[in-house]
Amino acid sequence: MLQMTHIQKVYRTELIETHALRELTLSVAPGEFVALTGPSGSGKTTFLNIAGLLESFEDGSYVLDGKDVSRLNDNERSTYRNQKIGFIFQSFNLIPDLNLFDNVDVPLRYRGLPASDRKQRIENALEIVGLASRMKHIPAQLSGGQQQRVAIARALAGEPRILLADEPTGNLDTAMAHQVMDLLEQIHADGTTIVMVTHDPDLANRAERNIHLIDGRVAADELVFAAREPVPSMQSETGELLAAQS
Amino acid sequence: MFNYNVKLALKSMRRNPIMTSLMVAAIAVGIGVSMTTLTVHYMMSGDPIPEKSDVLFAVAMDSWSPLRPFDEDYPERPPHQLTFHDAERLVEMAQAKRQTAMFESSLIIEPDGQDELPFEAGARVASGDFFAMFNVPFIYGGGWDRSADESRASVVVLTRDLNERLFGGEDSVGRRVTMQGRQFQVVGVIDNWEPTPRFYDPINGGFQEINEMFIPYSLTLGLELGSTGSDWGWKSEDITSFEQWLNSEALWVQYFVELDNPRDRDEYLSYLNAYVGEQKKRGRFERPLNNEIYNVMEWMAFHEVVANDAKVLLGLSFMFLLVCLLSTIALLLTKFVGKTVEISLRRALGASRRVIFKQQIVEVALIGFAGGLIGLGLARLGLSGIEAVYDAPPGLVRLDWVMMFSAIGISIVSGMIAGLYPAWRVCQVPPAAQLKTQ
Repeated sequence: MLQMTHIQKVYRTELIETHALRELTLSVAPGEFVALTGPSGSGKTTFLNIAGLLESFEDGSYVLDGKDVSRLNDNERSTYRNQKIGFIFQSFNLIPDLNLFDNVDVPLRYRGLPASDRKQRIENALEIVGLASRMKHIPAQLSGGQQQRVAIARALAGEPRILLADEPTGNLDTAMAHQVMDLLEQIHADGTTIVMVTHDPDLANRAERNIHLIDGRVAADELVFAAREPVPSMQSETGELLAAQS
Repeated sequence: MFNYNVKLALKSMRRNPIMTSLMVAAIAVGIGVSMTTLTVHYMMSGDPIPEKSDVLFAVAMDSWSPLRPFDEDYPERPPHQLTFHDAERLVEMAQAKRQTAMFESSLIIEPDGQDELPFEAGARVASGDFFAMFNVPFIYGGGWDRSADESRASVVVLTRDLNERLFGGEDSVGRRVTMQGRQFQVVGVIDNWEPTPRFYDPINGGFQEINEMFIPYSLTLGLELGSTGSDWGWKSEDITSFEQWLNSEALWVQYFVELDNPRDRDEYLSYLNAYVGEQKKRGRFERPLNNEIYNVMEWMAFHEVVANDAKVLLGLSFMFLLVCLLSTIALLLTKFVGKTVEISLRRALGASRRVIFKQQIVEVALIGFAGGLIGLGLARLGLSGIEAVYDAPPGLVRLDWVMMFSAIGISIVSGMIAGLYPAWRVCQVPPAAQLKTQ
């Protein structure tokens, strides 16, 4: 589903260069639920931005759903992003003066779907997250957990091949966080690939696979529910990282 | 997608009503001022008789002093009025399809009613061809024919207003009006006719109202009709009678001909040259041969009907519009900066820079549209003010459909131009940074 090879990402200012990703090589198989963890500055968000085609990178290659997306132009990236990727953000990022229906409608508009098709998708998506009865409400009339469910509905409506979630429960209390995680697990169970960035080890353990980043590299990559054995990182060919972890 | 963009634009405009109002106001004021001056300019410089402006010609012959040109600033230009006797001769020879000599005068009308006092009314003394040449519309009757000119018939054509005053607006054809002790038969009443500019006599004011009545040129001698318009002289002549005045070298008659094609124009100019050649043999027209004929628009330009001041004012008003647009750009930059999060989100959800750019342009076009509508109202106010201050004839400075659509069009385009840079700027914002900072 997602194959990054030797990805380099450097942020430059006049004074300093920051290497956000260093020769990052990482793959996610179709249908996987991957949790990405790591300390601040480890490159989690940069990875997510590149995976979501929101940022470019200096070197390496990136294949998403069978297509090399390394050198797409802005139009092509936008189209591909719209068709293949769903985003869930920590702060929900709903548009405050649009009602739930119109919020979920946003990515569908850019796909150019007919109105009847959009309507059906929006209603289905809101149904899945349990908010179909509130589609005329505006975000401010909902709790944080409900707003995040709307954001999930917005991501689902486009029927993405992969869902990228950046701290999806970061702004929620524990109860709501678990509700959102239940929902993500359900979505995953339906076959959607999910990559989730989180700081919370408990939430990370609800994924199938945990990838730990440090300094822009994969420091650990392990299956959670399966054998819970470390999965050899493609970068571990050097043996350095695994050695450091052990 | 356009409808969706309009919907988003309206929401965005409502989101910050004060800033939206400021932008609309900035464009409205700019459009109001520029459209006021543009409308005045447009009305002044428009073709007053588009269906015939290229076949009607004003005639100018250089009978001025041999010692100096008529116009020191433009020495190549002949004087643009004729002597009475030259004009009379040209009418008699009738070498053009139609021709009219004419000047402004006034007569005292003596109403039939005992209670009404005599009053003075402005008259255009002209040849019978005047009405057909200038497509003058009639509500009753018509103009007089050449036989009436030749027989010096006492006939008159009234304007609608004068007919209203004298006959209560009834069909007065055949009725009589007493002027200067003589009975004139009404042969026609013209409908509303306000050529703007008054192309047939810019010398006496391109934006004056038309004269209240029309009488034959051939009555000039009999009635001893003096000109109330401009007259110019260069020769010291001993004039003791009206007849001597008519035969003097004083220039006070305007002359127009109708010529259907360039060949007729050339032939007519040859005729004029021959006429002047003949006059030179008699000791007149001592300056080098210099006859000109000007079509309507050339005639308007010749007389600078649109004064240079008006052109400068037009330029200044568009500079003012530019200043208003710069203010709008500043406001748009501020507004769009506030939208970066939403725009970043839309980018993340699949909108390309091009799509976002179009969305912003639709919004500024709508702001421009709103500014244009209000600007039209301001322009109307401005034009009313101009009409009142300059005592302009009613309808001279009006916003017609062309100007209204132009105002809206200019406003929308102005808004879009103002929005180009802010829209481009906002499209350059990296979406990832904005989404993470939330």
